[in-house]
Amino acid sequence: MMATAVQQLLPRLLVGVGDRAMVHLDEHLGAHGPLPDLLARAPDQLIELVEVAGVRGHGGASFPAGKKMRAVASRPGPAIVVANGSEGEPASKKDRVLMRELPHLVLDGAAVAARAVGSSDAVIAVAADDERSLRSLESALHQRRQARLHDDPRFELFMVAPRYLSGQESALVNAINGGPGIPTFTPPRPFERGVDRRPTLVQNVETLAHIALIVRHGADWFREVGTSRDPGSVLVTLSGAVTAPGVYEIVHGMPLTELLDIAGLDDELTAVLVGGYFGTWLPTATVPGVRLAGDSLAEHGATLGAGVIVALGVAACPVAESSRIADFFADEGAGQCGPCVHGLDAIAHSIHGLATGTASRHAHSDLERWLAELPRRGACQHPDGAAKFISSSLRTFAADFADHARHGPCDRCRSQVLPTPAVAAQPGRQR
Amino acid sequence: MRLRVNPIRCVAHGLCAEWLPESIRLDQWGYPIVDEPELAPELVEHARRAADACPTLALLLESDGA
Repeated sequence: MMATAVQQLLPRLLVGVGDRAMVHLDEHLGAHGPLPDLLARAPDQLIELVEVAGVRGHGGASFPAGKKMRAVASRPGPAIVVANGSEGEPASKKDRVLMRELPHLVLDGAAVAARAVGSSDAVIAVAADDERSLRSLESALHQRRQARLHDDPRFELFMVAPRYLSGQESALVNAINGGPGIPTFTPPRPFERGVDRRPTLVQNVETLAHIALIVRHGADWFREVGTSRDPGSVLVTLSGAVTAPGVYEIVHGMPLTELLDIAGLDDELTAVLVGGYFGTWLPTATVPGVRLAGDSLAEHGATLGAGVIVALGVAACPVAESSRIADFFADEGAGQCGPCVHGLDAIAHSIHGLATGTASRHAHSDLERWLAELPRRGACQHPDGAAKFISSSLRTFAADFADHARHGPCDRCRSQVLPTPAVAAQPGRQR
Repeated sequence: MRLRVNPIRCVAHGLCAEWLPESIRLDQWGYPIVDEPELAPELVEHARRAADACPTLALLLESDGA
């Protein structure tokens, strides 16, 4: 995996990446300096620092990290921190890059978060098939024990099922509590009652890595780059029709075209998927005006989500790509809420029909109804995110869908750009 | 008062839509759709009866701010 920082004043996070398997504690401390004495700081001061810095969650929902910390800290009883490194998004690699190559940044951030919410425990959740991250984190923990970093909480590594839904907050808490790793009905939300019924701060590992630097260099330093709504830098995973796919550290607000230029487009562009599989397609015509920050993306109905960006070139078939992701959504649901189970199955079936020219005459009106009915009717946001992506696909690629509905599959249908885990396990699967 | 469905508990008995058609309709698989969760005062009593009628206790009445 290539990991690169671009633009001036960077890298912030990706210091020393790429030279070796992982950055050792000594090198980490050499590059960033030691963590300030956390025990000398009032927890409230740390929360205020994160609030003033304005860092938002990098797991997908962009929720202000300080606000989340304050919600946990204000609950009675001993809190606990969960560092979310499950990274179930198939096209995302940035959390893996952090855990594999820069585990000490993540662990530092978890230590700061633990101190801020008054917890002496931090669980690091990693996908069970992500052995390299587990190994790196284990050896990083070993190095920290040897160095007797007295500010560290009790760390525990926890393996979650490598599934799309595993990182959803309530699903993650459910799994750590020994239950099935699927979402639960809320309230209570994790910040109210989570792991071992304790107030639980679930924070993405990249968010924690930023916090590890904010506590060293201050809120003003953090805000020196980025936009006022989205200060700081961000890791994005760029893939698709580019010559240099990989994880990039960019400043928030960077023009999308600039990133695509740096990575080098290797095909004529059809559209760019921003925000992962719960994200939005940006048609080529809109790309020149887009900046990679919340407010610019919002004008196009998009969010940066967990930083996934996929360039779709003309060599790919947008209809077949969308159909595979519709299947993925149906397969990756938790299977516990009726509207999601039935709705996503029907949608996947209907999209497949359109893609292969075998759809009924009502396919479009059925899809319109199902997509409108899905949001807010599951225990989690899975149906909402799925409906958003499929609606974006149908809108962006309307002409291609019409063509496939009339003439059946095209000669590009068999190429695949958007990764789906089921493909390797079940080759040639048809719905 | 607001209506909310616990979608994990709901198994599409559909009684809620019979008791409270003003607020609840069913999708093609029999699961409830609540288009306007906010309850008008005159519907609160009906909503309570609908919630009591649900065999899986999946229909919830939440007071505002809860």
